[in-house]
Amino acid sequence: MAADKLNDSLDALEQAVSAVRQAVTSYQVDVKNGVADAAAAAHGAASGIDPFIFQFSIFVLAIFVGYYVVWSVTPALHTPLMAVTNAISSVIVVGALLAVGISASGLATGFGFIALVLASVNIFGGFLVTQRMLAMYKKKEK
Amino acid sequence: MSVNLAAFLYLVSGVLFILALRGLSHPTTSRKGNMYGMTGMAIAILTTLALATPSAAGLGLIILGLAIGGGVGAYIAQRIPMTAMPQLVAAFHSLVGLAAVMVAAAALYAPESFGIGVVGDIHGQALVEMSLGVAIGAITFTGSLIAFAKLDGRMSGKPIMLPMRHAINLAIFIGLVALIAILVVSESHAVFWLIVVLSLALGILIIIPIGGADMPVVVSMLNSYSGWAAAGIGFTLGNMALIITGALVGSSGAILSYIMCKGMNRSFISVILGGFGGETAAAGGDDGIDRTVKQGSADDAAFLMMNASKVIIVPGYGMAVAQAQHALREMADKLKEAGVEVKYAIHPVAGRMPGHMNVLLAEANVPYDEVFELEDINSEFAQADVAYVIGANDVTNPSARDDKSSPIYGMPILDVDKAKTCLFVKRSLGSGYAGIDNTLFYKDGTMMLLGDAKKMTEEIVKAMEE
Repeated sequence: MAADKLNDSLDALEQAVSAVRQAVTSYQVDVKNGVADAAAAAHGAASGIDPFIFQFSIFVLAIFVGYYVVWSVTPALHTPLMAVTNAISSVIVVGALLAVGISASGLATGFGFIALVLASVNIFGGFLVTQRMLAMYKKKEK
Repeated sequence: MSVNLAAFLYLVSGVLFILALRGLSHPTTSRKGNMYGMTGMAIAILTTLALATPSAAGLGLIILGLAIGGGVGAYIAQRIPMTAMPQLVAAFHSLVGLAAVMVAAAALYAPESFGIGVVGDIHGQALVEMSLGVAIGAITFTGSLIAFAKLDGRMSGKPIMLPMRHAINLAIFIGLVALIAILVVSESHAVFWLIVVLSLALGILIIIPIGGADMPVVVSMLNSYSGWAAAGIGFTLGNMALIITGALVGSSGAILSYIMCKGMNRSFISVILGGFGGETAAAGGDDGIDRTVKQGSADDAAFLMMNASKVIIVPGYGMAVAQAQHALREMADKLKEAGVEVKYAIHPVAGRMPGHMNVLLAEANVPYDEVFELEDINSEFAQADVAYVIGANDVTNPSARDDKSSPIYGMPILDVDKAKTCLFVKRSLGSGYAGIDNTLFYKDGTMMLLGDAKKMTEEIVKAMEE
C-alpha cells in the first residue's frame, strides 16, 4: 500500500540521517584526534589542486606574457621600460603593509617599516621619473 | 573585504601592470601605459589596506612610511639629470632588493600576519620561497650598489679580479643551497641571517669583476633579479599581483640582457664571468696600418656639413659624459635650416644602459622619428655625405666587421666608414672602453676633431652661424 511504502521510505530516511549523524560525530572525533590534516588533504584531493600549483601556473603564464610584451617594446623606450619595471616590482610593498599594519612583533614591524619606506621611494620615484622621461618623447613638429 | 574579492583586485592590478609595459611599444601610447601602472599600484595598496584593516597606530605608521618614501622618491625623480639615469635605475634596483630582504625578515618574525603559520612552525614551502626571495633580493641589493658606484664614478669601472673568484663564488652558492635546506628544517633565525650575509657577499663578488662597458648587461640582469626576488616573496605571501609582476620584471630584464649581449656579440656567460673592458692595452704600432690621422677644425667640420645633403649623427657614451646633447640638437637645427637631411643612428649598446641615448636625445627635444636603430639605418651610411660620430668609439670600429683577429670581431657596428666623410669627435687618440685600436681613425675619409664633445659641437654651431 501507499502508506506502507511511505513508512518504509521514512524509515530508510531516518536510518540515513542517523548514519550521517554518526559519520559527522566520528568525523568530529577524528578532528579531535588530530586527523584533521588527513581530512583536509582528502578534501583537497576532491576539489583539485594545491594552491601553490595555481600560483605557479600563473607565474609561468605571466613569464610568457612578459616575454611577448617586452619584445614588442620599442628599443627607443628601453630606459623608461627599466624605470617602470622597477616601479612595478615595488608592489612588494603589499608585504611591507601587512608587516607594519597587523603584525604583533615589534621586530617584524620594524623590518616592515624599512621595506615600506624603500618600496615607496621606488614607487613614487620610478613612476614619476618614467613620466618625466616619456613626456620628453616628441614627434617632429610639422 | 572578502579574500576572494581581494584576490580578484590583485589580479586586476597585475593586468594593469601588463598594460603598462604594453604601452611602451610606442611613444604615443606610453604615457597612458604609465597611468595604467600607477593605477595598478594604487589598487594593490588600497586592497591590502582594506583586507588587513590595520589598527589606527598601524595605519599611522603606514602613512608615515609612504610619506617619507614617497617624498624622497618624488624629489629624486624631479631632480635627477637624464644623464644620471643608469645609476638611478641601479640605485632603485638595490632598494627593491633590500625591500625583499626586509619583507622576508618580517615574515619570518611574524608569520601569522602573512598567514603562513606561526613562529617555530612556518610551512616548509613558505620557507623555501622566502629564502629564495631573500637570497636573490640580497644579491640584487649589493650587486646594484656596486653597479651604482661604478656608473656614478664613485668606483673605478675597471674590473676587479680576485684570484680564485670562480671557486669562491661557487663555494658560496653551494653554501647558500645548504643553508636554505637547513633553514627549511630548523627555521633558525641565525641561519636566515647567515643566508642574508652570504648573499650580500655574493652580490658584491659577482659584479666587481665586470667592466664599465658591460654595465648595460649588468643593469638589465639586476633588473631581472629584482623581479625574481619579488616573485619569490609573492609566492610566500600567495599574492597574485606580486607573482605576476615578478614574472613580468624577471623576463623583461632577461630579454634586455639578451639584447645587450647580442649588441656586443658576447655570450651572457662571458659577460657574467667578467674581466672585459676597462683595460687600456694599447695595440702594437707595427701591424702594417698607416697610422697617420687627418685632423680637422670646427670650421672644416661646419663647412663639410653645411655643404652636405645628408648627415647622420652617431652619439655614444661620451656625449652623455660631456652633456653635449643640447649643443648637438642646435647643430642639427642649423643643418636642417640649411636644407640638410639629418638623422641619428643609435647602436644597441651605446651608453651605459638600454635606450640611454634615446632618452638624452629626447631630453634635448630631438623628435623620436629622426632617431633610428642600427638595423634600420645601417644601409643609409653609404648614401650619407657626413657621419658625425660624437662620443662613440668601439661601436664604429670597422675591425669588428673586417678583422677576424680583432677581439670584438662579429660585434654589429654602425658602418660610418661607408659615409663619404666621417667626422670623429674625440678627446684624444686613445682607444675605447674595450681597449682596442679603432682603424677608422686612419682611413682616408675620416677627419678627427680632437676636443671635448660639447665644446667642439658648440664651436661648429658658431662656425655655421658665420
